Amino acid sequence: MQVIYLDNNATTKVDEAVFEEMKPYFCELYGNPSSMHYFGGQVQSKTTEARKRVADLLGASPDEIIFTACGTESDNTAIRSALEVLPDRRHIITSRVEHPAVLTQCRNLTAKGYRVTEIGVDGAGRLDMDEYKKAIDDDTAIVSFMWANNETGVIFPVEEAAAIAKANGALFHTDAVQAVGKIPINMAASKIDMLSLSGHKLHAPKGIGALYVRKGTPFRPLMVGGHQEKSRRAGTENAAAIIALGKACQLAGQFMEAENTTVKAKCNHLEKELLAAIPHARINGGGADRLPNTTSIAFEFVEGEAILLLLSELGICASSGSACTSGSLEPSHVLRAMGVPFTCAHGSIRFSLSRYTTDAEIDAVIKELPAIIARLRQMSPFGREFLK
Amino acid sequence: MWDYTPIVKDHFLNPRNVGDIPDADAVGEVGSLACGDALKLYLKLDDNKEKIVDAKFQTFGCASAIASSSALTEMVKGKTLDEALAVSNQDIAEFLGGLPEEKMHCSVMGQEALEVAIFKYRGLEVPDHDAEHDHGHAYPDYEGTLVCKCFGITDTFLKKVIADNGLTTSEQVTNFTKAGGACGSCIPKIKELIAEVLGQAKEAAAKPKLSNLKKMQLVQEVLERDIRPMLRADGGDLELIDIDGDHVQIAFRKACAGCASSGNTAKFVEMKLRELVYDGLRVQEV
Repeated sequence: MQVIYLDNNATTKVDEAVFEEMKPYFCELYGNPSSMHYFGGQVQSKTTEARKRVADLLGASPDEIIFTACGTESDNTAIRSALEVLPDRRHIITSRVEHPAVLTQCRNLTAKGYRVTEIGVDGAGRLDMDEYKKAIDDDTAIVSFMWANNETGVIFPVEEAAAIAKANGALFHTDAVQAVGKIPINMAASKIDMLSLSGHKLHAPKGIGALYVRKGTPFRPLMVGGHQEKSRRAGTENAAAIIALGKACQLAGQFMEAENTTVKAKCNHLEKELLAAIPHARINGGGADRLPNTTSIAFEFVEGEAILLLLSELGICASSGSACTSGSLEPSHVLRAMGVPFTCAHGSIRFSLSRYTTDAEIDAVIKELPAIIARLRQMSPFGREFLK
Repeated sequence: MWDYTPIVKDHFLNPRNVGDIPDADAVGEVGSLACGDALKLYLKLDDNKEKIVDAKFQTFGCASAIASSSALTEMVKGKTLDEALAVSNQDIAEFLGGLPEEKMHCSVMGQEALEVAIFKYRGLEVPDHDAEHDHGHAYPDYEGTLVCKCFGITDTFLKKVIADNGLTTSEQVTNFTKAGGACGSCIPKIKELIAEVLGQAKEAAAKPKLSNLKKMQLVQEVLERDIRPMLRADGGDLELIDIDGDHVQIAFRKACAGCASSGNTAKFVEMKLRELVYDGLRVQEV
């Protein structure tokens, strides 16, 4: 069965060119980039090139890039570092719709005596900037807002938020895991202090991430030991994956226009056709500025897991904000923060495209999904009641 | 991805008996849109009103909820009402070749719909929905005190499921009923209910006759093996001061000393000791 992969916010295919780039660094050029000999040195020159490529995609300079193992490590490092360098400040600001990599850590920090404010969002998933402005004070050490939401694709005004943080003497971090490679980012013209990114969301392999730390920003490492990454992240470099991430960032830069034209057009087409074909459906975050590749659609009166499994029978991969797909029993915290009614939240499906997504794949979903929803509604006691 | 058996998959992809019976003799409805799953079950009886000749369902929910409903309708067809009432949620899960632990609540939902349908047919009263619950009552036919406000589950219903399935932990209760699965504030209450049901089960069995010496040995063993390692993991500890008859005196140490929730911890210690040693024990903090 042909796989139609529309779950690119979960993870992406490694680009063939990225894979080719990293391949020699396993069995042939396996030297340690820190070694004095030429054999290791040639690996170092490739990781240096990779650092430049990552920096270029972000409009940053190479020494502002620290390689990590994943987005979660970058997020953890940034928040911990800020609290250590500003020990007199005991307040953290984040949003209610953050990824668990940020949210769980912030909530755990309350046990250590930190005050945490989680800023809410409106019905379209937009950050409540007034609430943020009221919450920030001279006790705030760090503000961490995601650049774009993984479930809805809603983009937050992080530049504006960073300026407010700066005016209050707080550090500003953004989890940009879903934004990097999908929308243009220019750290040279930004007030953001730290930014997290993850390789496997932009066609590099899993197990590699990076943290951008603006030059001059005080910093304390999470991992200590060796002198790697200028002692900002100890541990032997995952050289092959770093080289892969560099290539992936270079390609992301090249495809940036396509992402915001062709991919966006496919995503819009999918959204429009599904809404036209299926009654009682709505876009989560519909009124907001969103990523070009993401759409989260709520289908009333049906349950998300059942939709996903019927799609999966046809080889179509998507994901859901429903409770039943995760271990938890309540729908996603993102949809609940947005106040999406329970009738919709349980039946929300996210499609996330990539530059590999074809028109034929989109057409297949447009063709198959209406029948799946109709079939489940036919089976549902509510579907019959409400759809009469 | 859930590890569903081929039978679950088959009943999800090809559900049997979907639909309604306009002239049904008995109808049972449980769950709600807000809770994430709901089932409406229709039963048609023979002319003597004894045997179930047809069963149909409508279900809103995940794959295992649909499969459980489908299995249920297949299982009850041809049974008398009394035979049908004997179908347990474990029977439904077994019919499907097993369900993931986290999905056991789907089989419970099936069994409840069946029970509600038959009770109602037999003229038993249906109480009003509990206004305290955010979004409707999950099992309106089990009156009692509301324990889980998120999913609308009462103590009466929880005690029944705990007893029927021999549940011993709050995680199991969540898997079987969803109670405690959202905000989690009712988990201490669920633990109390488990202790209560276990206590009753123990009383029903022969009361163990423990010599004082044996009792002291067992208490020490349970404290060392089951309780202190857990407290230490959170930076706390306790010390056994004395055992006077059925009164076990303990003192909290390290992080537990002066901890605001040490009262709960003492309750937990008592619950554990009652569960593992003997249910007449009382724990006192000194």
